Amino acid sequence: MKVLVPVKEVATVEDEFEIDGTTIDERYLGADLNEWDDYAIEEAVQLEEDGVVDEVVTVTIGDEETEQTIRQALAKGADRAIRVWDDALEDVDLLDVGAKVAILEAVVEAEDPDLVLTGVQSGDDSFGATGVALAEAVGYQWGAVVNQLDLEAGDETASVHRELEGGIEELTDIDLPAVFTIQTGINEPRYASLRGIRMAQRKDLDHQTLADLGVEADAVAGDLRLTAMNEPESESDTTVFEGGADETATQLADLLREKGVAQ
Amino acid sequence: MSADVLAVAEHRQGDLRDVSREVVTAGAELAGETGGDLHVAVVGGDVETFADALNLEGVDTVHTVAYGEEFNHDVYTQAITQLADALEPAYLVMPNSVNGLDYAPAVATRLDIPLVTDAVGLATEGDTLVGTREMYGGKVETTTEVDADKVAVTIRGAEWEPTEAAGEAVVEAFEADIDEDAIGSSVTGFEEVAGGDVDISEADLLVSIGRGIEEEENLDLIRELVEALDATLSSSRPIVDAGWLPANRQVGQSGKVVTPDVYIAIGISGAVQHVAGMKGSDTIVAINTDPNAPIMDIADYAIHDDLFDVVPALIEQFS
Repeated sequence: MKVLVPVKEVATVEDEFEIDGTTIDERYLGADLNEWDDYAIEEAVQLEEDGVVDEVVTVTIGDEETEQTIRQALAKGADRAIRVWDDALEDVDLLDVGAKVAILEAVVEAEDPDLVLTGVQSGDDSFGATGVALAEAVGYQWGAVVNQLDLEAGDETASVHRELEGGIEELTDIDLPAVFTIQTGINEPRYASLRGIRMAQRKDLDHQTLADLGVEADAVAGDLRLTAMNEPESESDTTVFEGGADETATQLADLLREKGVAQ
Repeated sequence: MSADVLAVAEHRQGDLRDVSREVVTAGAELAGETGGDLHVAVVGGDVETFADALNLEGVDTVHTVAYGEEFNHDVYTQAITQLADALEPAYLVMPNSVNGLDYAPAVATRLDIPLVTDAVGLATEGDTLVGTREMYGGKVETTTEVDADKVAVTIRGAEWEPTEAAGEAVVEAFEADIDEDAIGSSVTGFEEVAGGDVDISEADLLVSIGRGIEEEENLDLIRELVEALDATLSSSRPIVDAGWLPANRQVGQSGKVVTPDVYIAIGISGAVQHVAGMKGSDTIVAINTDPNAPIMDIADYAIHDDLFDVVPALIEQFS
């Protein structure tokens, strides 16, 4: 069984930042493997270690600079990686769900995986929709917000738990091939070991263009346009306790006594 | 181009969920702007009872699809797609709930229309839909515009007031042609996350911790504070994901909803999923070094300082 894990390098933002048009000024941005995708990789690698899966392949839409993040995924145990990038993507302000799906659909068709595992959402644009939209586009089954995946070698159906609101889980049987979007907490993602990091350098990282995948450049233009970005206005009139730790702790202690919740 | 709006209700285990009345509000606002009708769909379960409850102000027609009891994404995808094909609404409004995330992207893909997810605001400018969304975990708010004849959106829970006033809607049964061979998933049951010995939803004073405590061993310091205050310990999701506290301590959309007299959020940034579980607290106190953390938007009192300085000083106050 082959698993494809779409992973994303997401931009991380410092506590203090400035907005420049419709982006955050680069000085305040870092890059990291998307948190939810980290759990998806771990789940795939564990399935391989359990003998359920033979190969774990990752795919990332990103420029050359994302290779460092892709190596993280390889160091955690993915067998090989595909990176999709193209000049046509350079100028795309917001890669929306439809655009991502156009690319990932071509990768799924080329790789023909039995299972696609990806994060529920990404920490930057937070669409939370790519996995399910991809499943529909390629004709796979799917399950969103999966926090437990039970699958044995040779199974044609996976049993999953989906994490609903309010501490309720839904138990669902889902036919394969399928796309599951993975919720944090499903496992404990490993740190990349030194050995893993060394081995990752030797693993295949295949760069593909849109033409390689047979995707038309206008398919990635997307329908959504990001036209403004600003810091949200505070909704409340917060009283800020000022001073050193001793002073602020005293003010908070007074408040707790006044509210009658502490003595 | 049609000006109509189709909103999709949600229910679970026999109850209409709050977000159903919220999609009605969002849908009615959009229909008010376009001058079109508002249609509401409810799929599965006791559709007649749900239709009565969905006969709300602003709703022109409630379409019932009597098929199945509980949510099944294959059934929803087929039913909503067929209804949208029949009604050709300009805007399709669905909840950004866990189940919404399990069918809305498939519906948009099947209809080949753009999708805007997790909207916190919606408006129209001519034929353009203007959606307000958040990025980077709520650090920024963005305006996203879509120029298309038809657009699908999912709305964040609790951002629109639920419509309560009764309406004069027509109820129509919609005969969806559900292809059973295309159903590849079946819900086999529900489970409640382990309750454990403590019910955080009953506490008057909650000391709640998040990522900011950095290491598991720092829990000792927090436990000392909890003891000094005679409070109850709770947390945001990452602490439970890391296995530092059991699931019954988690506050949030997927955890418990809490309404204590005082909620002290320590090292919690305030992701929307967490806020959904605690914003009903009487008084919210946030201790966080980041004055721009989203938790500050809802905090009544705040200390912009290092928790490792403030917490020991606070323990000192009560020992």
